[in-house]
Amino acid sequence: MTYAVRSASVRFGRTLALDDVTLVVEPGSVVAVVGGDGAGKTTLLRTLVGQLHLEQGEVDAPPREAIGYLPASAGSWLSLSVAQNMNFVGGIYGLTGDALASRRDELLDRAQLRPVIDRLSSELSGGMRRKLGFSMAMVHDPPLLVLDEPSTGIDPVSRVDLWRLVSEAASAGAAVVMSTTYLDEAERAASLLALDEGRTLASGTLADVFASFSGAITQTATPQRRTWAWRRGREYHEYWPATAEVPVGAVVVTPDLEDVIITLSMLRRHDLAPAT
Amino acid sequence: MTTPGQTGTRPRVLLAAERVSRKFGAFTAVEDVTMHVGPGEVVGLLGANGAGKTTLIRMLLGLLATTVGEVELLGGRPDRDLRRRLGYVPQGLGLYRDLTVSENLAFTCNAYGTAPPQLPESLRPVVDRLVAQLPLGLQRQLAFLSALAHDPEVLVLDEPTSGVDALARAALWDTIHEQAEEGVGVLVTTHNMAEAEQCDRLLLMSAARLVAQGSEADIIGTTTAIAIRTNDWARAFAVLNEAGQPVMLAGRDVRVADADAGQVQAILTDAGMTADVTGVAATIEERMMVLARARQDP
Repeated sequence: MTYAVRSASVRFGRTLALDDVTLVVEPGSVVAVVGGDGAGKTTLLRTLVGQLHLEQGEVDAPPREAIGYLPASAGSWLSLSVAQNMNFVGGIYGLTGDALASRRDELLDRAQLRPVIDRLSSELSGGMRRKLGFSMAMVHDPPLLVLDEPSTGIDPVSRVDLWRLVSEAASAGAAVVMSTTYLDEAERAASLLALDEGRTLASGTLADVFASFSGAITQTATPQRRTWAWRRGREYHEYWPATAEVPVGAVVVTPDLEDVIITLSMLRRHDLAPAT
Repeated sequence: MTTPGQTGTRPRVLLAAERVSRKFGAFTAVEDVTMHVGPGEVVGLLGANGAGKTTLIRMLLGLLATTVGEVELLGGRPDRDLRRRLGYVPQGLGLYRDLTVSENLAFTCNAYGTAPPQLPESLRPVVDRLVAQLPLGLQRQLAFLSALAHDPEVLVLDEPTSGVDALARAALWDTIHEQAEEGVGVLVTTHNMAEAEQCDRLLLMSAARLVAQGSEADIIGTTTAIAIRTNDWARAFAVLNEAGQPVMLAGRDVRVADADAGQVQAILTDAGMTADVTGVAATIEERMMVLARARQDP
């Protein structure tokens, strides 16, 4: 079953937090929602799990008990141990006795948390705490897994572990949506949705996103239009719209996702800027 | 503008550690690390949590004593006077959240005895807003502006781009490179390995030691990975994961770091799968994962 939020708009007071955004999550795959602080990632995920009502649009989601949700906050009770957190959430979903113990231990083994099963959540490293939150969201084997920035602020090794857990869930058939500020995670996902200030910048597979990009990117030590250039190491990359002539002799490079997202963000904000 | 390396009275090495170790009781947080940052250089300090990055930085700044070895900040033992010539943006940004943008700047500039800097266009509309009410990207810009107001000769940045979007990240790297071009030496930590390309030189720490340094290729060293392409990635992933391989997903491709192509092929063949298995260069993350696994089961 495909889950989705379609043509969604959400308003907080006078702020349009989401403007006509569509997110589709297929079973057995990972969708990455990518954007910075304030892009609307959390708002979008909260509409999918039924915590926010839409001003416009529709949500196709399973009932709450068929969703595993890891919020952007801690995701576990800091004053409970790893085992107590798992037991508590398992109990909510009706797991008891041996069934609970075996599910708990299986998930903690996968997350490499068995050795710290009696440690308080507050005493875990950031990476371990996110893995615990993930394991808690997975306790009832939900068909839809919604993970809000599982990897922000944790180190690269823990990120690899988390990504393996996420892939495992998808390979076992779950529909997974995760938000992230890391473009490499968006590249690894089956499809991505890039948001900027509540608007869609790009969506689809990586190939779709590249196919929809027009214009050229050049590499130079001395950009001609500084406002359309950004650093890649000591050199700059500079964007040229499809309608412009790329200067003779300029080095044209194949854009990567970073180039595409930066360009689309610049174009969107440029369109919004008052004409001068 | 000055050219890197020709910075007049500035010392040639801005930050240095010479065979530095630090113990906390029986625990060794940093062991035998030698490194330096010169004028105009952007040096990236990489490593997993607990690798010793923060302990090393605290010793370089003179906030923590070494157990063994010497550190140098701007040519001397780090003290209050030398730290006045340093700009530091900690991970938590070090801003006063219940003061406004202009109050924060006034406070910092007063402490350093400099005039408040000109505000960039992005911060002008929010000059009277409380820092706590600003989006993270603007908070980071303000933290940079505060750290740079007294024209420091060396900059230490802990996770400067965490949590912000691609455009804000690009703007922060613009600022970092502009500083380096003025001759400032920069030491920067990041968990975003895509940012390694922004650095002139990289240092990789693992388990308290400096295990590699140089370019991205130097950091990856001889570590390789196997890329597996099949028409059933989910099954390939499950089969290899079940066999205890350190498997990862990259789009619809499955990757295994530091594995033997023949062994991977055999596991897939035993499971009745046909797959295209090729050896590829590892990523920095994969190198770090291999180091972490080597620690767990030596």
